Amino acid sequence: MFRTAKVLLTAAALTATLPAVAQDVDPAIAGAIKARQAHMQLLAFNLGTIGAMAQGKAEYNAEAAQAAADNIVALTTIHQAAYWPEGSDSVSVASSNALPALWADFPGVMAKGTAMSEAAVAMQAAAGTDLASLQGAMGALGASCGGCHEAFRKPRQ
Amino acid sequence: MKGRNYATGFAALTVAAAVTGLWLTSPNPMDSTVLEGITPDAEAGRIAFAAAGCASCHVAPDSEASDSPVLAGGRSFSTAFGTFFAPNISPDPVQGIGSWSTLDVVNAVMRGVSPAGEHYYPAFPYSSYARAEVQDVANIAAYLMTLPASDTPSQPHDLSFPFNIRLSLGGWKLLFQNTDWIVSGELTEQQQRGRYLVEGLGHCGECHTARNALGGLDTGKWLGGAANPSGQGRIPNITPGALTWSAFDIAAYLETGFTPEFDSAGGEMAHVVRNMAQLPASDREAIAAYLKIVPAVE
Repeated sequence: MFRTAKVLLTAAALTATLPAVAQDVDPAIAGAIKARQAHMQLLAFNLGTIGAMAQGKAEYNAEAAQAAADNIVALTTIHQAAYWPEGSDSVSVASSNALPALWADFPGVMAKGTAMSEAAVAMQAAAGTDLASLQGAMGALGASCGGCHEAFRKPRQ
Repeated sequence: MKGRNYATGFAALTVAAAVTGLWLTSPNPMDSTVLEGITPDAEAGRIAFAAAGCASCHVAPDSEASDSPVLAGGRSFSTAFGTFFAPNISPDPVQGIGSWSTLDVVNAVMRGVSPAGEHYYPAFPYSSYARAEVQDVANIAAYLMTLPASDTPSQPHDLSFPFNIRLSLGGWKLLFQNTDWIVSGELTEQQQRGRYLVEGLGHCGECHTARNALGGLDTGKWLGGAANPSGQGRIPNITPGALTWSAFDIAAYLETGFTPEFDSAGGEMAHVVRNMAQLPASDREAIAAYLKIVPAVE
């Protein structure tokens, strides 16, 4: 008897703490979240090529570095408006890491996006030159990732 | 007659206990002898200030990162005890700390005692800073005085009873203020430097270690992760039980914010990375070396 009550109470408590939409996410929203996370994954993959060289974990290869930097620039030119529908923030959807603040500060988001584009273009010009140039461009590119994550992404778990 | 004796005895005991209690829990500042032989160095203070992460809490909310931060305060911190507001620690003589002596700063940072002799709340991580070297804190004091002044008044904390009684903090300090190292035993010089930065100035444990009901750190699960005071998510376990990155990767993360998968740090940790990036590479490597020898929390 007590046990049943306890189970019911626990279940009730769990249900109450789950985000309302966790059980039933609009497929359009779920798709947009997946798309933008895949976009971030592509950025991370290409950054990884360059970053491994910058850190001395991989040997410098001008061609590979240039290709990765070109990819990063290409990724920054993709139209992103459809990635970020209203209601796809981390409070509304469990799988989202994007803080509601992102929807409240559009000029801030655009400024950070511009900073990233500029850093990516600078890396594109540096990556194929030599290792020192690549390393020199890495700081600004890294800071542009961090700049947006600091303001708009939920901390890692 | 006998009853009266008991009553008198009991009253005397109560008074004695109260006096002892007050004495045990009264603010305990250091005197000026701790500054003997110490010459505060503002330039060295800039690095110690970054290691201690002062700006992360004391800059005004929403202010941009700056090489010359305005420490006007105002950031709020929601906790189970109420809401704390970071005070103005800019060199303004009225609203900030411009009129403080070096010893005042040292006692605030390392003992949690104000120049007027009151306890500070441990939202200010003085129980970690207590492990710092007086020289480093004196350097921070000198550096603080070089920053821009702000005349923004500090906001009072918004706390519930009984946490709004500062006197009770003496008891908290008695229970939880302890300058012993948490990781002890034979450590290399590099690991000791890392321990100093993590357990002391860097006060990493304040967020990465769980707290008990009274807000004291559960040092048995040191750096084993904790609930995020913001209410959302958890602050990660950074012991070898969960953090399996190489020492190289940990040091690189602290410099660039990039994880080994080239994801990048977000939220509070992005502030921390910005601070850690200002330290010499040897300090980041020391932190990594220390994190590798912390007992694993599974």
